[in-house]
Amino acid sequence: MERIPILRMGQFLLVTIQVDMHDQLALQLQDDLTQKISDTGAKGVLIDISTLEIVDSFIGRMLANIAAMARVLDAETVVTGMQPAVAITLVELGMSLAGVRTALNVESGMELLYQMRGDFHSELEG
Amino acid sequence: MKSVRRDSMPIRSSNDVVLARQKVRQWAADMHFTLVDQTKLVTAASELARNTLDHGKGGQMVIEQVDNHSRGGLKLVFEDQGPGIPDINAALRDGFTTGNGMGLGLGGSKRLVNDFEIESQPGKGTRITVVRWK
Repeated sequence: MERIPILRMGQFLLVTIQVDMHDQLALQLQDDLTQKISDTGAKGVLIDISTLEIVDSFIGRMLANIAAMARVLDAETVVTGMQPAVAITLVELGMSLAGVRTALNVESGMELLYQMRGDFHSELEG
Repeated sequence: MKSVRRDSMPIRSSNDVVLARQKVRQWAADMHFTLVDQTKLVTAASELARNTLDHGKGGQMVIEQVDNHSRGGLKLVFEDQGPGIPDINAALRDGFTTGNGMGLGLGGSKRLVNDFEIESQPGKGTRITVVRWK
């Protein structure tokens, strides 16, 4: 079955969405990520959407759900790389993605995750 | 409003929703809509195609390049023979949902286009027509 890959990097999980997802695929990702957080005890999730050409209400809801479920499982979520046209459209559509942390690119997204989990920063550096 | 070209495609599965998005993107890009306008059109198409599938039990999308006194526009018609919308005003309100969505589909997509028209008859089906002008 078609799936979006989830990569593990230390305490964090990384996802890059590079395909135009149909709804089932988005739901599958939501389930897979939640399961993976639980299995690995990951403390952060980074979802890069820089290649996504649109975020409609379904994908927006998926991102909000992932962030909420991750939070309940003691993990932070950062969504990175949203294109400006996507951001404009999403807000006009009526979604502000309240509750979802965002960063402009993967690099600042990782920084944000480390900041939110300051204790792991020192662990990785030392 | 005169028609320049016209095409249609079925919306019977969630993969058809993806194909509908891609077709709208292609036509909007061919017509040289700005990137933001393309994104708005594709997003509106995605919402409406999903409505056709989930609430209308499937149907079709008609895509048409139109011309109004040399002003170009992209017109999309979503038609189904589903249960219809009993209260259109309620359905257009943000937060209104009968399914498992956010309730932003209809009201939200209306904000993303210039012209928006709903015809719906309970038991007969729904037709939603939208146009975005350049």
